[in-house]
Amino acid sequence: MSDTFKLNIDGKDIEVPRHYTLMQACEEAGAEIPRFCYHERLSVAGNCRMCLVEWEGAPKPIASCAQTVGDMRPNRDGSAPNIRTKGDYVDKARNGVMEFLLINHPLDCPICDQGGECDLQDQAMAYGRAGSRYEENKRAVEDKYMGPLVKTIMTRCIQCTRCVRFSAEVAGVEELGMISRGEGAEITTYLEKSLTSELSGNVIDLCPVGALTSKPYAFNARPWELRKTSSIDVMDAMGASIRVDAKGDGVMRILPETNEEINEEWLSDKSRFVWDGLARQRLDKPYIRENGRLRAATWGEAFAAAKEALSVSADKIGVVAGDLIEVEQAKAALDLFRALGVNSTDCRPAGAKYGTDGVRERYILNGTLAGVEEADMLLLVGANPRVEAAVWNARIRKTWLWADLKVGRIGEAADLTYDHEWLGQGADALTNVRDTDFGKALASAERPMIVVGEGALCGEDGEAVLASALKLANEVGAIKEDWAGFGVLHNAAGRVGALDVGFVPADDGADTAAILSGGMETVVLLGADEVDLSSLGDSKVIYVGSHGDAGAARADIILPSAAYTEMAATYVNTEGRVQMTSRAVQPKGEAREGWAIFRALSDVMGKTLAYDTADALRGVLRGAEGESTVFSGLGFAPGVRGIEALKQPMTSASAALTSVSFGAVVDDFYMTNPIARASKTMAECSALASALDTPVAAE
Amino acid sequence: MALRRFDLEAGGDTFAFKPETEEKIAFWRGKYPAEKQRSAVIPLLWLAQKDNAGWLSEPAMREVADRLEMPYIRVYEVATFYTMFRLQPVGKYHIQLCGTTPCQLRGADRLKDVCKTEIGNPMYVTDDGRLSWEEVECLGACVNAPMVQINDDYYEDLTEDSLQEIIGKLKNGVEAQAGPQVDRINSAPEGGTAILTDPALFDGSRNEVSRLPNLAEDKAEAPEASSAAKPEEAAPTNTKREVPKDSNTGKTTLISNKEKENLAGERPETVEVTAEEQDDLKRIKGIGPKNEDALNELGVFTFKQIAAWTPENVDWVEDYMSFPGRIEREGWIGQAKTLAEGGETEFSKRVDAGDVPSSQDDED
Repeated sequence: MSDTFKLNIDGKDIEVPRHYTLMQACEEAGAEIPRFCYHERLSVAGNCRMCLVEWEGAPKPIASCAQTVGDMRPNRDGSAPNIRTKGDYVDKARNGVMEFLLINHPLDCPICDQGGECDLQDQAMAYGRAGSRYEENKRAVEDKYMGPLVKTIMTRCIQCTRCVRFSAEVAGVEELGMISRGEGAEITTYLEKSLTSELSGNVIDLCPVGALTSKPYAFNARPWELRKTSSIDVMDAMGASIRVDAKGDGVMRILPETNEEINEEWLSDKSRFVWDGLARQRLDKPYIRENGRLRAATWGEAFAAAKEALSVSADKIGVVAGDLIEVEQAKAALDLFRALGVNSTDCRPAGAKYGTDGVRERYILNGTLAGVEEADMLLLVGANPRVEAAVWNARIRKTWLWADLKVGRIGEAADLTYDHEWLGQGADALTNVRDTDFGKALASAERPMIVVGEGALCGEDGEAVLASALKLANEVGAIKEDWAGFGVLHNAAGRVGALDVGFVPADDGADTAAILSGGMETVVLLGADEVDLSSLGDSKVIYVGSHGDAGAARADIILPSAAYTEMAATYVNTEGRVQMTSRAVQPKGEAREGWAIFRALSDVMGKTLAYDTADALRGVLRGAEGESTVFSGLGFAPGVRGIEALKQPMTSASAALTSVSFGAVVDDFYMTNPIARASKTMAECSALASALDTPVAAE
Repeated sequence: MALRRFDLEAGGDTFAFKPETEEKIAFWRGKYPAEKQRSAVIPLLWLAQKDNAGWLSEPAMREVADRLEMPYIRVYEVATFYTMFRLQPVGKYHIQLCGTTPCQLRGADRLKDVCKTEIGNPMYVTDDGRLSWEEVECLGACVNAPMVQINDDYYEDLTEDSLQEIIGKLKNGVEAQAGPQVDRINSAPEGGTAILTDPALFDGSRNEVSRLPNLAEDKAEAPEASSAAKPEEAAPTNTKREVPKDSNTGKTTLISNKEKENLAGERPETVEVTAEEQDDLKRIKGIGPKNEDALNELGVFTFKQIAAWTPENVDWVEDYMSFPGRIEREGWIGQAKTLAEGGETEFSKRVDAGDVPSSQDDED
């Protein structure tokens, strides 16, 4: 049997692989097939019947999504089966299906949030009849509570079961289902409990009608009023592709954009619903602390105060960059403070021991996010992808589910939504991992992948963990010609970019923990709110950031900067992929882009930086003509280009591996950065998640 | 169908299987391999319902889910899909009244009225907790319609009075006799059997074989047929059936043509030949086993005979075999001449190669 199958679709001969569905074949032939229940990333249900096509000779129209091409038979004379996707027969069939779908669908489009971007609306226009012949009462369904993110108007549901399949297959948390039957069938969670998956917002995108809509966005805007801007998400280090929808100067919602290499077409709830945090707790003008109280000031006053604060001995100044720092700000700040002679600069969490040896491959995810689909073994060292990179976790689950990926994990026990072998709590498990069954399988695996989480690198033995994980990777053959199965999974969007510009202590400079321990006279925080500020003592604090959070509360001088939706800024994701956000709305009030603040401050300090525009700054980052730096190209992950560097053993490994548990890197998935903490929606989610101490039955 | 929802209040917080149920649970779970234990969800839900006074409470459903390691929502889907899982409390005696067509035609509607007056609305439990009722779809006892199922038993052939009486008994804690409520056993005729009453039908005496039909006459050792078993006359048949008449329309079978007279033309000459001298007439295109037999009966056995047919002969044979013009059309005579001289035709070659199934002998 050949691997391909010949078809004649709308008079056009086409040859497709036998495993294709008829729908895929029709699309290959350029035909448009309407559908509701079918979704290419979910299993086939075949229950909406909208994708009917005509198969010449068949007694009935065929649901093309559920018909495998290889199962079709040729015509009697041996010629390829004739499929028609247009014509009276097909039109009539689809027309009938559409009429049935609309029988119980309410005519509330004018008050429906899906209006204008509704599959049912569009397809009713294209394939439906003009009026209704139905004179009975329509069915009404009680609305269901699904938590603070998903609003339900269940009368609109057409029972496509996309949401049910998503939660069971992609999210891996079986909490949505269809109960009862026939006319009484309803989609619900178990006893209307709140959705717990960190990917639950995707059911809103999947819902082809207005049954599941975004609760925070409810009645806020119509799709055609929104300014749509493609951008990059910064809630985790994946750098998912997003679309920021804005109206006026407010961000109205955030949607995922398809990016096969990063987020496919999903988005985590934090990335999707954080937008209300962009309008709350904002720093919109400079502040200066006087007599213990912060007062609004002008930029001039603030810069003058900053100059005074920075006019101390350079070794008494420390600079800490936060999780959301963009490359431009990091570069400008670093250039300024180096010019001032400051060596105590750091962008890593307290205690982190990586990124100082200048080998980029040792702090990025060389295996790439999409690369896990090719892996056959995955060892997670101190990483919990479910909270650190929720969308990547779905990809791991997908590979586990469909391609038999084996996953092992060292760290605190956690439910990752897929079966995995738990190999130990702390770093010492790394030493004897090769003696375990999992370790043996790892050594014989074709494409093993070892991923070290940031949590594993922040302990006393962080450096040793990295070194031994790298050694293990080389020993089990994870580093070879076409496979770089070693990497670090970060959880902060700004980290890799800041490391790339060299935002680490120079020479004898202090690191984050030392800077914050109180010995400095002036501490500059670049949106650093995740660090422990309690032992700063009487250090003067200059805070540059967008939100009034921990850092701003402790600050003596506040310089307001733009958030990620308000500037075109460069971020480097955990794979080392350089990407750029776009400006969707203007910065709030007097806030300025981070790099511009330091450019202006450099003037005040008399150390004027050499660039006047963001483009000029990026030109410096890109390097001179012909020079190749990490910022030379946008949008690609280095991946296997780093194998030579990965083959070099780490020399500086000193401390022994301890049995101290790696601990949870992310305490609260919904509260990992100042924007999320400013968001009401995230606060609700967080409160619900912490109240949830009765986990559903194990899958 | 009304909306079905768990009665969370009545369900309480806990449920435990009765100790004696464990054995049954093990039996059902034992039917499925370890990784497919969730296949046992329906039997387990059923057992849970039995252990929970006839209805499935939410804790009972969770217990089943926990035991089978299934997400609650998956069990919830099953429990709400099947209406035999009752999600609200029922009385000690729960009446399931069949309202489907045969019962409805036999008066189920009137029984519903009885239930409504005696008990209340469907799924309402009487204050003493004894009774409740609901209408269900066909319970498969149409021959005893109308009927109800009370707990595990069928009460059949009901009238308003008999149902009222049963309900009255159950109300007062008296067991009511299950089964048909009229004078009949199971679904046997009311008032006793009226046909097939002859005891000889059942003592085996009618089972004797009077004559083996395929036994040769002379060798037959027919058992002595008892006179009682001998039918007095031919078995009655549908006497109104039209007996086919023998008409000379030319459309009837060859066999009936044998007696034909007044055929046009002239009957071909017959010969007597031994079996060895016979030709395989089927090698002629147009002659199959049937036609060959017919020709043999006419005394035609060889190609030579057919080759020598005169036009009158042809007319006669065609008339006899009721296919005017066919012999000429198919060129029997020409073929026969070739074959008689030892030659071969395209068709005879194929016959010899066994490629023509219609020319194989019937016995093959």
